[in-house]
Amino acid sequence: MKTYIIRRLLISIPLLLAISFITFLFIQLAPGDYFDTLKLNPQISPDTIKLYETKYHLDKPWIIQYLYWLKNLLRFDLGYSFTQMNPVTKVIKSRLLNTLLLSISSLLFTWFVAIPLGIFCAVRQHRFWDKLFSGFSFIGLSIPSFFLAILLLYLASITGILPVGGMRSPNFEELSFFLKIIDILKHLIIPTLVVSLGAIASLQRITRGNVLEVLRQRYILTARAKGLPEKRILYVHTLKNALNPLITIFGYHLSDILSGAALTEIICNWPGLGSIMLTAVRSQDIYLVMGTMLMGGIMLILGNLIADILLAKLDPRIRYE
Amino acid sequence: MNENQKSKIKNQKLRTQNSEHTTQNPKVKTPFQIALSRLKKHKIALFGFWVLVILYLSAILADFIAPYSFDNEQREDAYHPPTKIHWGKVNKRFCFYIYKYEQKFDEFYRRIYFEDKSKIYPIKFFYKGESHKLLGIFRTNRHLFGVDEPARIYLFGADSRGRDLFSRILYGSRVSLSIGLIGVSISFLLGMFFGGIAGYFGGKIDNLIMRLCEIIMMVPGFYLMLTLRATFPPNLSSVQVYFLIVTILSFIGWAGLARVIRGMALPLREKEFVLSARASGVSHIKIIYRHILPNLFSYTIVAITLSIPGYILGESALSLIGLGIQDPYASWGNLLSDAMAINEIQNHPWIIIPGFFIFITVSAFNLLGDGLRDAFDPHRTQMGHR
Repeated sequence: MKTYIIRRLLISIPLLLAISFITFLFIQLAPGDYFDTLKLNPQISPDTIKLYETKYHLDKPWIIQYLYWLKNLLRFDLGYSFTQMNPVTKVIKSRLLNTLLLSISSLLFTWFVAIPLGIFCAVRQHRFWDKLFSGFSFIGLSIPSFFLAILLLYLASITGILPVGGMRSPNFEELSFFLKIIDILKHLIIPTLVVSLGAIASLQRITRGNVLEVLRQRYILTARAKGLPEKRILYVHTLKNALNPLITIFGYHLSDILSGAALTEIICNWPGLGSIMLTAVRSQDIYLVMGTMLMGGIMLILGNLIADILLAKLDPRIRYE
Repeated sequence: MNENQKSKIKNQKLRTQNSEHTTQNPKVKTPFQIALSRLKKHKIALFGFWVLVILYLSAILADFIAPYSFDNEQREDAYHPPTKIHWGKVNKRFCFYIYKYEQKFDEFYRRIYFEDKSKIYPIKFFYKGESHKLLGIFRTNRHLFGVDEPARIYLFGADSRGRDLFSRILYGSRVSLSIGLIGVSISFLLGMFFGGIAGYFGGKIDNLIMRLCEIIMMVPGFYLMLTLRATFPPNLSSVQVYFLIVTILSFIGWAGLARVIRGMALPLREKEFVLSARASGVSHIKIIYRHILPNLFSYTIVAITLSIPGYILGESALSLIGLGIQDPYASWGNLLSDAMAINEIQNHPWIIIPGFFIFITVSAFNLLGDGLRDAFDPHRTQMGHR
């Protein structure tokens, strides 16, 4: 298992290199750069800009710039964000935590709601609750996340129960530690709902399908024939087999959740990687774009790795040697 | 011998040809026909299909159905509420009519609109309004409906610059609906080409293409979309932005598809019919597109239908955050961006209507896609026979 993990991590290095190289290439293809706007600013002398350019090797050809970036990467230095006036690592660190908070809470919410719901519907196939939730999950699949975000924020603004966007209340600093957590959790509710609804809908459908599929198997018939209680059949014999394929889907969902989180962050003003990416892209803040892209890639690769490890732990048929 | 007789004979010939193949079972249907007849029984999927037909037709006929053009603005009608339509007797004839809206300012200097009941404006069908080119060919000034000036009809209200939201939604649907179709076509061509090649040849080519796909798939799609958009200058013309978005979305979309096609093509390459084609000297490319890809046809149709919403949503999302179609041109995402200022919704709730159009379109594609999947599913027949 250990060797497998190490091998997977080693394989992901060239992948990340390729991602960063392509990103760098794309940004360099873009006409103009961040300094074009700085040069127009009369408050900044050309010497300062020159200083910046030589300091970050921006006067060199782009391939040399990339190599310098790689060299700094080895020291966990992702360069300097010119719009945020801070090192990229520092900018990304707090943002990354916020995105992780949103993604993980969405993931947990998705799995804790979708799987029980899927089982619930499978057991009641073609009956009222099943049909009702099938209808709900269809709407959940079809409603655009940004539209849902706007609707929920609007609801929050007219009812006043939940805060409208952002991550902290204006009086956040004055609150006690406990109230601070409550405050962030309150702000977390709408973005989490927005990110997870689509995922819940599809996962609920898949769970339902899988459970129904397993219930049709011969060994379930055997279990019934030898008089096992229905609960035991469902929770012991069916569930484990029905849920295994879902872990493979986990990796696939992760990409959707990260993308969904990025868009939701922008609409709900959640200070995460997605919203900083938008600012960085708009102002051609190259190192910040590179940093966020890299983080996105790393999150996805790690997520997939975790999914594979989980699968090996839960499914005795799978061995990574 | 006239044309009619000729075609009759031709038909007869065809019929005899067909019957040679089907002598044992005169009612043999191709798998596609079976699927089609199943689809016709699928009420919900048909419903989705007809919703789409209506949406696409109204997009094509947008300049006829819309009472005003997309950039016809009446600044003093900013955030004009949806016009109330009345039904009653006007000049001894029953018809729909509206009143002109007057405005006054309240103590916060907000515009308050109210109906001016002194004069009735009947809604006229096939009204002579602004001139436009129907289907891009016929120059005409007829619109499906309209009212006489100085009254204006706002079915869905007006936006911040006093433009008719109904007209703008119709014009916007051209962008939003066509981007789905074009984007999906490009991705599918790319996906089928590369997936087919990778699956058919295997080995090094397979490895290379699959690694390329992995790189694209290893970045969360939205991040990739933003970076790709950043590669191009922000101030492009709308036509350029349109094609840029299509390119970006297809560039992201083809990878996942190529992987699946490759996975399905891989077992096919060992099948007898492929081997025999190869033995009889058919070229590789011809084997791929004549023997391998047609076998994946049913999967492809379903996947196309189910992936179109992704393209529509991608365009809407980009336009919504201001990186896509720009004002004065309309797309559903760009129209919805007015609603990003949440406080505005409370005063003018109609600005979220474009969102419902996106929702309806996506639902319709999903309904149709689900129906197609059921119809094409070969397992269903097996279950039916059991």
